[in-house]
Amino acid sequence: MTLKSCCPAMPNSLLWAVDIFGRVYTLATAGQYWELCKDAHLEFKRVSAVKQCCWGIACDNQVYVYVCSSDVPIRHREETYENQRWNPVGGFCEKLMPSDRWQWSDVSGLKHQQLDSLVLPSPHWEWESDWYVDENFGGEPTEKGGWTYAIDFPATYTRDKKWNSCVRRRKWIRYRRYKSRDTWAKIPSQDDPKQLPDPFNDLSIGGWEITDEPIGRLSVWAVSLQGKVWYREDVCHPNPEGSSWSLVDTPGEAVQISCGPYDLLWATLWEGQAMVREGIDRNNPKGCSWSIVEPPVPENGIMHISVGVNVVWAVTKDRKVWFRRGVNSHNPCGTSWIEMVGEMMMVNVGLNDQVWGIGCDDRAVYFRQGVTPSELSGKTWKAIIANRENDRSHTGSSSSLLSAGCFFGDEVRGSGDSLGPSDTDTSSEAERPGLLPEDEPCLGHGRPRGEEEAVSSVNREGKAQGTAPAELPWTNIDLKETRKTCAHSASCFAETPSLSSLGLFPMGLEEGYGADDHPLWAWVSGGGCTVDAHTVLKWFTIQSGLSASMQTLSLSITPAQTAAWRKQIFQQLTERTKRELENFRHYEQAVEQSVWVKTGTLQWWVDWKPHKWIDVRVALEQFTGNDGTRDSILFIYYMFHEEKKYIHIFLNEVTVLVPVLNEAKHSFALYTPEKTKQRWPIRLAAATEQEMYDWLALLSTSCSESRRIQGRPSPQAIWSVTCKGDIFVSEPSVDLEAPGHPMPCDQMFWRQMGGHLRVVECNSHGVVWGIGYDHTAWVYTGGYGGGFFQGLASSTSNIYMQSDVKCVYIYENQRWNPVTGYTSRGLPTDRYMWSDVTGLQECTKANTKPPSLHWTWVSDWYIDFNISGGTDREGWQYASDFPSSYHGYKTMKDFVRRRRWARKCKLVTSGPWLEVAPISLWDVSIIPGYEEGSKDSIALWAISDKGDVLCRLGVSELNPAGSSWLHVGTDQPFISVSVGAFYQVWAVARDGSAFYRGSVSPRQPAGDCWYHIPSPPKQKLKQVSVGQTSVYALDENGNLWYRQGITPSYPQGSSWDHVSNNVRKVSVGPLDQVWVIANKVQGSHSLSCGTVCHRTGVQPREPKGQGWDYGIGGGWDHVSVRANATKAPKSVSQEMAQDSPSRTADPEEGDESRESSFSNKTMLVVHAGQEANGSAVTC
Amino acid sequence: MTDDKDVLRDVWFGRIPTCFTLYQDEITEREAEPYYLLLPRVSYLTLVTDKVKKHFQKVMRQEDISEIWFEYEGTPLKWHYPIGLLFDLLASNTALPWNITVHFKSFPEKDLLHCPSKDTIEAHFMSCIKEADALKHKSQVINEMQKKDHKQLWMGLQNDKFDQFWAINRKLMEYPAEDNGFRYIPFRIYQATTERPFIQKLFRPVATDGQLHTLGDLLKEVCPSVITPEELDGVKKNQIMIHGIEPMLETPLQWLSEHLSYPDNFLHISIIPQPTD
Repeated sequence: MTLKSCCPAMPNSLLWAVDIFGRVYTLATAGQYWELCKDAHLEFKRVSAVKQCCWGIACDNQVYVYVCSSDVPIRHREETYENQRWNPVGGFCEKLMPSDRWQWSDVSGLKHQQLDSLVLPSPHWEWESDWYVDENFGGEPTEKGGWTYAIDFPATYTRDKKWNSCVRRRKWIRYRRYKSRDTWAKIPSQDDPKQLPDPFNDLSIGGWEITDEPIGRLSVWAVSLQGKVWYREDVCHPNPEGSSWSLVDTPGEAVQISCGPYDLLWATLWEGQAMVREGIDRNNPKGCSWSIVEPPVPENGIMHISVGVNVVWAVTKDRKVWFRRGVNSHNPCGTSWIEMVGEMMMVNVGLNDQVWGIGCDDRAVYFRQGVTPSELSGKTWKAIIANRENDRSHTGSSSSLLSAGCFFGDEVRGSGDSLGPSDTDTSSEAERPGLLPEDEPCLGHGRPRGEEEAVSSVNREGKAQGTAPAELPWTNIDLKETRKTCAHSASCFAETPSLSSLGLFPMGLEEGYGADDHPLWAWVSGGGCTVDAHTVLKWFTIQSGLSASMQTLSLSITPAQTAAWRKQIFQQLTERTKRELENFRHYEQAVEQSVWVKTGTLQWWVDWKPHKWIDVRVALEQFTGNDGTRDSILFIYYMFHEEKKYIHIFLNEVTVLVPVLNEAKHSFALYTPEKTKQRWPIRLAAATEQEMYDWLALLSTSCSESRRIQGRPSPQAIWSVTCKGDIFVSEPSVDLEAPGHPMPCDQMFWRQMGGHLRVVECNSHGVVWGIGYDHTAWVYTGGYGGGFFQGLASSTSNIYMQSDVKCVYIYENQRWNPVTGYTSRGLPTDRYMWSDVTGLQECTKANTKPPSLHWTWVSDWYIDFNISGGTDREGWQYASDFPSSYHGYKTMKDFVRRRRWARKCKLVTSGPWLEVAPISLWDVSIIPGYEEGSKDSIALWAISDKGDVLCRLGVSELNPAGSSWLHVGTDQPFISVSVGAFYQVWAVARDGSAFYRGSVSPRQPAGDCWYHIPSPPKQKLKQVSVGQTSVYALDENGNLWYRQGITPSYPQGSSWDHVSNNVRKVSVGPLDQVWVIANKVQGSHSLSCGTVCHRTGVQPREPKGQGWDYGIGGGWDHVSVRANATKAPKSVSQEMAQDSPSRTADPEEGDESRESSFSNKTMLVVHAGQEANGSAVTC
Repeated sequence: MTDDKDVLRDVWFGRIPTCFTLYQDEITEREAEPYYLLLPRVSYLTLVTDKVKKHFQKVMRQEDISEIWFEYEGTPLKWHYPIGLLFDLLASNTALPWNITVHFKSFPEKDLLHCPSKDTIEAHFMSCIKEADALKHKSQVINEMQKKDHKQLWMGLQNDKFDQFWAINRKLMEYPAEDNGFRYIPFRIYQATTERPFIQKLFRPVATDGQLHTLGDLLKEVCPSVITPEELDGVKKNQIMIHGIEPMLETPLQWLSEHLSYPDNFLHISIIPQPTD
């Protein structure tokens, strides 16, 4: 039994379905009602959905695409070049030589391309602006109208005009924007009527996992009434409609088709077999050939098929459901059929290989429960009994009556129902020209909708009154008993096989439906619906009006918490304590307090050489001081040369406890300031993971207790994240930013928060956002604990399920030899043929495990093409020898090659985080402070994972998640953004240059235009952070730069000043304090990578500071100090300011010497391999 | 108070100031002073009265000492009821401290169970927890626990260690996320006015329509006499008391079970007549 006390936060995704009247509904994973599709003008016979869109065949036999709305527009950049040649008379002019390219051309010069020749591809697009000249050239601004110069066409262009520049050209840009979102947009027919496919019968979309390029690529497959298979070319995020249909040859006439998220594609044939597409891969998403799979039983052919990543489900003509065993990428045909319980009209496989079906008898949508990666066939069918949105008024009123303790009279019921039948309902019966003409006679027997509604609501209320069954059963439908009706429907099918399961509504079953209180469905598509084994769905119970309103609960205040009954209990308990204790405190306690000792056996990584794990006895002694505070000592008893010894640690001196999980050991590291200086924590390991977490939770709680830290972190807290995604938070002391003698940052106490993040950013009003490894955006809920902190160390509310997905990479290495070419046989001195990135560790597909037991594989190994340096078509990168720099093409000098394999794994944990759906983020930044009591919302900027710049609207202390995104247009993808005080917004583009956003203010939250700021010479920037007035940027080589010359009148500044090297991340706070993650730091015992460092000596007149103070590490990956606006008390700071010159005179702290010691440490890495073991978390 | 966690602490650290006096007929060698003590509401009388026993035995002859028992205004106090329940049921609305009379003679065999040692209390306590878990989780949680976890529950109660107790007890308070609560709510309803010791029935935290059952729903179902129409109109005849407080009838039962159960995992609900001022 899996027990969960926290409720999960679900990203809201949609299940799409079509009822027998052709109306399209969606059901949200977090919802309880089927909602009518926003654009309800059309009736549909088929839909196929993915997360971002849904394709459908409407009753006019046209194909439509419904692109879900998003705050980020779909934009496409059109560009064309204007070419000019110099002549002695007129200088540069549009007169070109006859051999030259056109005056207006594409980039290659081969295609004539005038501005007005570029037109919108369909009525669903609109121009964003007029044409304009691109003045940015390779990260540098050009002068003189964007012209770039060369000796001749085609040649290398430069931004500067030289004496021999004979030609010049400039790029013109215009963006078009897709406008038909949240509506069904008709896919334009092709120009050539001969090419036009005949009406479509079925359609399926998928294939988005085949390749990442271009972004959002989709495979759209369709089957025409004549049985031909068509593929839609060029469907991707920036081109949601695709370009044209192309015919794919088939061995027979296809009836129905199903395309999985990855490379599975099956179709059913008229004769009852299935055909399976083979050879689908990154380079050939259309595949190359078909193979045939025979139906499970020869006399009952396959009528319907649906595929996922590793599964194939089928329905045969006798409505039986079948599961195909042994299907995977390498064997798309699978091995054999297994019959499943239940009889279905159709089944549909969605995300995570979850399965939905439409019941044969009752036309209800069923969800297959218990589908997990290890049990792909699931356990039981469970009917979704969510009501439709328009039914809501019924349940709402009946439940409110119920709670008032009344009984229903006929009158009440009647009046409620009179609202039921709406205009559209009755009219839909009359004007349904295209919908299932063959089915008309069947449907003619159907009741008018209004009547059906009335019956159903009577039934529902009847249930509510009577003593309904004590428990809603898990509907394990065993339809084999209803043989009679099924036989009927099967025969019905046999006569009209071309219809397959499309909207068929057999006559004989009519009475059966009348009494049902659910809608009748014809089609379901789960391709956009994210459900997994952990998801809790509210689809299986009729929800009352009350809990429906709970859905809209705001983040910070849940209605339950403000409920009167709760307040009353809190209040009465306080009164009781007062009444029963206040006057009697001098009474003796019945039970005396004593020391609670937890003891156990752990393993300890010994301090002396040779370092190894030894068994130790461990005891935690807790005692209560006279003032009621608690403190604890941890004793570690060990044997040294057969002598009993012990070490002890006062928990009030512990600065951080870090879990260190790998497959071999369940361990954790314990740091004190001294241990941090040494870069050598105390490491302890437990026999089981549970035991390790018990100790870790107990010790963490005890540490927090001894420091009197509890509850949610303060709004000023400093947040950080380790390389393993663990989240830590520290309460800044007042003297942390004292100008003279700040508190050394190795004394900071960090406590862990539940959850898993790659980036966390905060501001001084308690708004905290995070980004997961899978780019999901999360907002902090105000809770604490979660993860392994359970029970008392965790808040009851505001803890939600959180999941994250990341990739594990291994490398396949090959060496060239003259006889056989590249082989996996290397030289004896070579690295392993399957290895990690360094080549030192052997990593095969079979022996590589997920990072810890908490992670599970969610994909198979696949070749990763997105690696710096580029790859060839098979993913190989070439080099002259190992280890070397690799490139994506083979040359004569290349004797080795490698390719990267990736495998996705998933973590499910919990923490005080709620997803901010649906846009995935790359970077985020929150304005550090804003005017107290201001009604303006808090400025929050972000970069989407596609590189769009976004500005969040409606962010406030009470609503930290904000309301919507405002897209800020750019001419290229961005990678980093930071919003500092006074709404100064800086960003870094993918070409490594920086941009300043002008005129950002509360009234103009997105500002007006970008000012281009070149990067430091020969460096590509990768991150920027803006404090009160300071702007710092970081380049790809780890150099930290300070922006010189920023004034209120000239906020762009004048130049970049080098501050330090060896930096991985930077965070500048509202006091202009500078914190970084340093790459490598030497301690007295060992070296650590990823260390939190604090810039010392930062003063208003010396914003660059003087030196570094080293804090916790290694293994830290991100820090955000942007919430800490706690100034040291005035008197102290003045006093300290006088002290500071003497301190800065210390050569050790000097900037230059620090840099040289940094570079020394870079050298040290090679020697320090073994010693680096001491770090808790290795990067 | 903002967090539900604080409720658990308040419940656990509830104390009743008590004055123990030796029964007048007990034979003493010298005069017995009354003994004042803060009794934990969630504990058991015989578990926390070692000091009381020692105090009075000092003034008595060895041969006059047999099993100790307690009585309040003529009613023998059942040691196997939690102290808070005894107080709410018998002595709420009276002046503090609570005056308990200590007896060493004439053990009321028909009213009280013998309590020869703390093992007896432990056995009783553990059997209550097991019964409660049978109702909540078909015993799955308690059975999955190790012996040392069971011991930790008991030691936590015995030594008044909130953290120690709740480190384990929280597992008993969890339920599958797909359900909205326990299978059945472990509760006992005591009425001061009836002979019947208590009412205990099967009752689910969630109605078939998905609505959470409230305290009011429970009483309506199992003890309808308490929820009279007048009661709903605001004319209070009874007090419905748990841990010395009167939760609103709208309070969800599942929440009550998670937060106001005694350490034995039962909701002990006292129904006492509304005092007439």
